[in-house]
Amino acid sequence: MALNIAVCIKPVPDPKNYDKVTIDPVSKTVVRAGIPTIINPVDKNAIEAALRLKEQFGGKVVIISMAPPDAADKLREALAMGADEAYLLSDRAFAGADTWATSYTLAVGLQKTGLDFDIVFCGAESADGATAQVSSQLGEWLRVPHLWNVFAFEALEEKKYHVKTKIENGYMEWEAAAPLVVAVSREINKPRYTSIMGVMKAKNKKLESWGVAELNPKRDKIGLLGSPTQPGDIFTPDLKRKSEKISGDPEEIVKTILEKLRAGGLALEGSNYTCEGGL
Amino acid sequence: MQMYKFTEDQEMLRKAVREFVEAEIAPHAQEWDEEDRCPVELFPKMGELGITGIFVPEQYGGAGLGYTERAIVLEEISRYSGGLGIAMMTHHMGAYVINTFGTAEQKQKYLPELAAGTKIGGLSVTEPAGGSDFMGQKSTGELKDGKWVLNGRKCFITNSHVASTDVWTVRTGTDDKGRPVLSTFIIEKGTPGHGPGRKENKLGLRGSVTGDIICSDVTLEPSQMLGKEGAGSKIAMGAIGELGRSGMAAICVGILRGCVEESVKFANERIVYGKPISKLQAIQLMIADNRVDYEAANLLLYSAMRLKDAAQPCTTEVSIAKYFASEAAARAAKRTMDLMGGYGVINEYPVGRFLRDALTSIPSGATSVIQQLIIAGDTLRG
Repeated sequence: MALNIAVCIKPVPDPKNYDKVTIDPVSKTVVRAGIPTIINPVDKNAIEAALRLKEQFGGKVVIISMAPPDAADKLREALAMGADEAYLLSDRAFAGADTWATSYTLAVGLQKTGLDFDIVFCGAESADGATAQVSSQLGEWLRVPHLWNVFAFEALEEKKYHVKTKIENGYMEWEAAAPLVVAVSREINKPRYTSIMGVMKAKNKKLESWGVAELNPKRDKIGLLGSPTQPGDIFTPDLKRKSEKISGDPEEIVKTILEKLRAGGLALEGSNYTCEGGL
Repeated sequence: MQMYKFTEDQEMLRKAVREFVEAEIAPHAQEWDEEDRCPVELFPKMGELGITGIFVPEQYGGAGLGYTERAIVLEEISRYSGGLGIAMMTHHMGAYVINTFGTAEQKQKYLPELAAGTKIGGLSVTEPAGGSDFMGQKSTGELKDGKWVLNGRKCFITNSHVASTDVWTVRTGTDDKGRPVLSTFIIEKGTPGHGPGRKENKLGLRGSVTGDIICSDVTLEPSQMLGKEGAGSKIAMGAIGELGRSGMAAICVGILRGCVEESVKFANERIVYGKPISKLQAIQLMIADNRVDYEAANLLLYSAMRLKDAAQPCTTEVSIAKYFASEAAARAAKRTMDLMGGYGVINEYPVGRFLRDALTSIPSGATSVIQQLIIAGDTLRG
């Protein structure tokens, strides 16, 4: 037996260039043009989890991503880490997709590979949009269980796993069986470095690009037109600071500061931040 | 940034190495410099990545790549640690001579561990009388009762105290015309009579160990000879000439990139009179000069490596690259210190280390004057 493992990855703007990221005031989308991208950091943890599972039980790791054509180098990078084949879902018709349309497209892409996937790994959320919705939606499209925010994953058997998911005040433990979708968090592992030998092997691995013609998705479920989410507003916050010099004796200055804080909306009443009486 | 264009594969390789260097080398470079310690524990990790065995053939566990890729690796390491750069450069030379001149048995015996980084390579050529008086070396090898007995002292040897596989050149006789016959031997760490001596306290490239190695009646089987008797000159000069000097050029290109990046970072962050100093034209001129020095050194290095990969003669081109890159790195580091004002001499910033590393690179692999003589000789021959 051998496992069929898929990993969904997303290119995101390189954090080194966050200061260059802007938001288009009209389309309300992140302007990524000209900004170098990297594999979404937590997606690398997903790749690592997939590779470890393959190393344990054998099988195949397939990378899939819905992204513009220039994302091919990110898929090649995943292949260099040790994945076996990669599929880039790229078409102008996919542009502007919300999480629902994205997860639908990914599900169609996974189906198109013709492989019966035992497990699909995703990063819990992307570093840019951070909606954290795609993995769960993907599980729903695929009609398989899905676990989110997985920080520990241990295979009890080839298709039976002990899983821990983070919740607000602790964690939950699960026993899960394939097929399923697992969205991992950064704590789950430390992604391996890409080796030079991996880079050399990657160029001979299968990397295909599929568009609408190849995938034949339902047109009302892809791209901007197939996206039910309508963002209310999205804008670049004004981070300008203003300064004001307050003069007077210390007591007057403190009084003025407190008045200004109250006027600015800070609720100080009910709090007792006095040091009277000492420790 | 970078006018020279790599292939897609080379770009991917560079990205992979850079990711490792930024995570595992950059945070510790200052500490290795201050402690003057070679991080030998990192070699097996670099082995897993293919860095230590960059041009060791795949059959021996290496990446089987070329000189351009090796230069990329050294540039990336030396962007943050010139000291580790020269340690790796020397390790590559140790592996190179065994791979190029070794027998099948020697390759099988030594290359897998050198490629894996579980053993560190060294090359011992220079003697107290001077590195450039290559044929005048005094160390000897005598054949006694079917075994070679080596005696002598090597100095200024990188990896002297950390190498587990040392390659020595010694004088094994004199030819018909009275010229010395040099031969080369592989000596394993722990061989009786072989061991490190004085450790040098260097100005720069700290984080690599440099010192003496002594052979005192070291007895070796004939199977430890590398290449044929009398091949020592060819082996040592082959390694030092194009491989060593191109390695030093790559290290200096790394230092130059460090100067560009650190000067840009500082100029954008340092606020004087209410605005970043990058807005000042005097500062911009320095940034431009740093960039030009980097680009020129980079073009010279990688153009020479393209020739080397194509098995074309490139001794002069490598000398040009090494001469220019090392001098340019020193002036760029000094320029970056000027740009930073008082901050330039604070060791919290790496630029002082860049200057010390660049100055130390100038005599490594032969001084600028020797490079000039090689370049002039080739130019005058026409």
